[in-house]
Amino acid sequence: MIKVKDLYKSYGKSGKIKALNGVSFKVDDGEIFGVIGPDGAGKTSLFRILASLILPDSGSALMNGHDVVQDYRRIRQIIGYMPGRFSLYQDLSVEENLTFFATLFNTTIEENYHLIKDIYQQIEPFKDRRAGALSGGMKQKLALSCALIHKPEILILDEPTTGVDPVSRKEFWDMLARLKEQGLIILVSTAYMDEASRCDRIALIKDGEFIATDTPQGIINDYSDILWSVEGSRMSAMLKELRTHDMVMSSFAFGDKIHITVDAGFRRNELEQYLTNKDFRDVNIAPIEPTVEDCFMALTR
Amino acid sequence: MSNKVIDVSNLTKMFGNFTAVDHITFDVEEGEIFGFLGANGAGKTTAMQMLCGISMPTAGEGTVAGYDIIKENELIKRNIGYMSQKFSLYEDLKVWENIRLFGGIYGLSDKVIAEKTDALLKQLNFQQERNTLVKYLPLGWKQKLAFSVAIFHEPEIVFLDEPTGGVDPAMRRQFWEMIYDAADRGITVFVTTHYMDEAEYCNRVSIMVDGHIDALDSPAALRKQFNADTMDEVFRQLARKAERD
Amino acid sequence: MRFSGNSLVKQKGIKMKQFIAFVRKEFRHIIRDNRTLLIIIGMPIVEILLFGFAINMEVQNITVAFYDPKPDAFTIGIAERIKQNSYFNYQGNMQSMEKMEEAMRKGKLDLAVVFQQNFQEELVQSGKAAVQLLSNSSDPNRGSITATYATAIIAGYQQEQMDLIKIPFQIQTENRMIYNPQMKSSYMFVPGIMGLVLMIICTIMTSVSIVREKERGTMEVLLASPLKQGTMIFAKTVPYMVISFIDFIIILLLSYFVLGVPVNGSLILLFLVAIIYITLTLTYGLTVSTLVDKQVNAVIFSAITAMIPVLMLSGMIFPIDNMPGVLQTLSFIVPARWFIEAVRKVMIQGQGFFMIWKEVLIMIGMIFFLLLVTVANTKKRLE
Repeated sequence: MIKVKDLYKSYGKSGKIKALNGVSFKVDDGEIFGVIGPDGAGKTSLFRILASLILPDSGSALMNGHDVVQDYRRIRQIIGYMPGRFSLYQDLSVEENLTFFATLFNTTIEENYHLIKDIYQQIEPFKDRRAGALSGGMKQKLALSCALIHKPEILILDEPTTGVDPVSRKEFWDMLARLKEQGLIILVSTAYMDEASRCDRIALIKDGEFIATDTPQGIINDYSDILWSVEGSRMSAMLKELRTHDMVMSSFAFGDKIHITVDAGFRRNELEQYLTNKDFRDVNIAPIEPTVEDCFMALTR
Repeated sequence: MSNKVIDVSNLTKMFGNFTAVDHITFDVEEGEIFGFLGANGAGKTTAMQMLCGISMPTAGEGTVAGYDIIKENELIKRNIGYMSQKFSLYEDLKVWENIRLFGGIYGLSDKVIAEKTDALLKQLNFQQERNTLVKYLPLGWKQKLAFSVAIFHEPEIVFLDEPTGGVDPAMRRQFWEMIYDAADRGITVFVTTHYMDEAEYCNRVSIMVDGHIDALDSPAALRKQFNADTMDEVFRQLARKAERD
Repeated sequence: MRFSGNSLVKQKGIKMKQFIAFVRKEFRHIIRDNRTLLIIIGMPIVEILLFGFAINMEVQNITVAFYDPKPDAFTIGIAERIKQNSYFNYQGNMQSMEKMEEAMRKGKLDLAVVFQQNFQEELVQSGKAAVQLLSNSSDPNRGSITATYATAIIAGYQQEQMDLIKIPFQIQTENRMIYNPQMKSSYMFVPGIMGLVLMIICTIMTSVSIVREKERGTMEVLLASPLKQGTMIFAKTVPYMVISFIDFIIILLLSYFVLGVPVNGSLILLFLVAIIYITLTLTYGLTVSTLVDKQVNAVIFSAITAMIPVLMLSGMIFPIDNMPGVLQTLSFIVPARWFIEAVRKVMIQGQGFFMIWKEVLIMIGMIFFLLLVTVANTKKRLE
């Protein structure tokens, strides 16, 4: 179990840059907890504090009962940590990297093979290849194997999917889902809002603060605006048109549709007619369930 | 004759025995927003380097901004804009210094740079940040500024390499609105992204798999062709076929 | 207590395993980086040959004067030979030794040739006569080459005369280097190169290899593991200690067999001095690594604080006795100065431990000082 209370952290002269501005949360055993927000929101600072790599200015954090400041030696034994950028030895082979990290944690690949089998098997055919020559997806699998080899109680993954293509990202989350079944606590951060649904609970982070903490569905349920999707021809022109409309509170492009929030006097037919009159064709307006991304935008507006 | 800003055929790049880009043929029209998608390692970066004139193709031919990619790569560099997520602006220079620097690199006169700088800062609502070091700007602002700088010299085409990675949702959309404005002014936009919703914002999209282009059409047509609801699904169907790691 | 005695033993076992794994990893880094490997093996060879041959070049325009209390056929013959030699520039005959010394002190002379009284008589009667060659060795290289040239000319003359008069005799040349009395030979650059190469390998390579882990982000992963900083730092130094020792032996072998530099003192003592110096430069490398965050800075910092002082202030190129007072004082804190002096004493002058205890003690003192600085600066976290 993770218990974090009132973490503050700032950098620079006289704390000019505030990275964390009072963050508190709890994570239960066997949970995947996602910290979701844009770059620079404070995700990396938070995870580094929890990995005992930097000190908070104030506040406390207990990882399975161990304080990240006082018991940092113990913390370093029970966590598996994967930093944001690929941090293995590029000039060592896949197997050499894994053996090295196993030894650091006083274990061997054989002893804990069952833990990483699922992931490692996919890169085992290339075990003699140097890590630097692996593709992005394989590097990630190796890094995850290295973070898991000592049977950590808590896995801390800082933006593991940044810059990774959608297919590899999906595979990665599938791996996390299987790992969760082994009872690990998994703490993961991402800037991709669509990954929220893969977590048990999420925290939306912005400017060093958690602006919401709940299950993904809970966050969606809390969405208080009325959301509609609009589609039709000439989407970018339509977006501009919608911004000028009285009933429309906000409008944002969402893939092939535009998501709009509207005020209480809104009538679907009226808007449909209005757009058709403005020469937009195939106009289709429908109520829609918000995504986590809609929630994030509503909360940060 | 229609105005093709990119027109390449059988573009190929080999590294030893490894064919990074395998006979790709496509064209991009003036003012088009062209999405260039593909899994990590599919050959996107190499293809983009050849189009920008910084990597010599092993085989194939074509033109970018009207110049031959084999013989006139120096002229290409002068007539394109480029921005990537990894490097866009000098962090330790101020906002106006960055604008000045890149304006200078593309040979604009001091007077033009000064005028355009004012206009640009006003348009971005950045006047107060004129003297701010770029490293102190939030990421989303930085990327918006970087894009403006990349098209500061009014290039025929701008290449954007994952411009919105890690940018917050609202900023990401503002960024795309800037892309639309640029396209309306006739600047062709060539963009890579891992956000599949952004693929929808492109006029046409190509998807690279193992060095070749496996699909190329408008997002709506691709969805229809692959019988999929979203571009994400289209992408997944194609990327699953990839064999190389 | 969480740990029983048994698990304490186990803890020690972990450290050893971590240590060995880390050392193995470091060797792999080095072996797989061809450029590093080339520097490590190539540098000592290139430098010793460079200094041995290229820098030991021809010396020209040697100013020479004679003191001949009683000229005779032999002394005039020898003087003529030297005057005629194109390397020498004849400055005149001195009337007294005092005049000669004055001219040398003013730097007007590179070489003074002093003949024995009654040179010819001695030679005929006892078959032996002596010539003293006083060479100005404030530039030791030039000084020793000057003496070598003059000796060769005199030896040539002797051979010629023996062929003519068919009586065996011997002209004894006595070489004296003045203004650098400790210099018995020009081979002083060999200890200097040892000092330089070991400094580069140990200080620059060690600091760069640690800072590289910071720069590439691997330090973050190491810090998040149970690996102790001390284990890591100690393990980092082992490969470079081995390599620098190999380099030391390469230099020793090359200078002995190729350049003919003698090892006059105890070899064991020489190795002891080397080990102490290697430890010192490694420790300095660790100190540097705690002060900088980028590999480029590590190289620049090491180069400015370690390499340049070795070149300028250690006595390797410029004799310390000839430096202005401030620089002489500054040279006290240059580790290589003490190493070079100790090696010179042991290797060239053949002196024993009792002549170098001061240098050894100073170096050990420096090790402890740098260790303290390093430990004080070593962080168990990222910032």
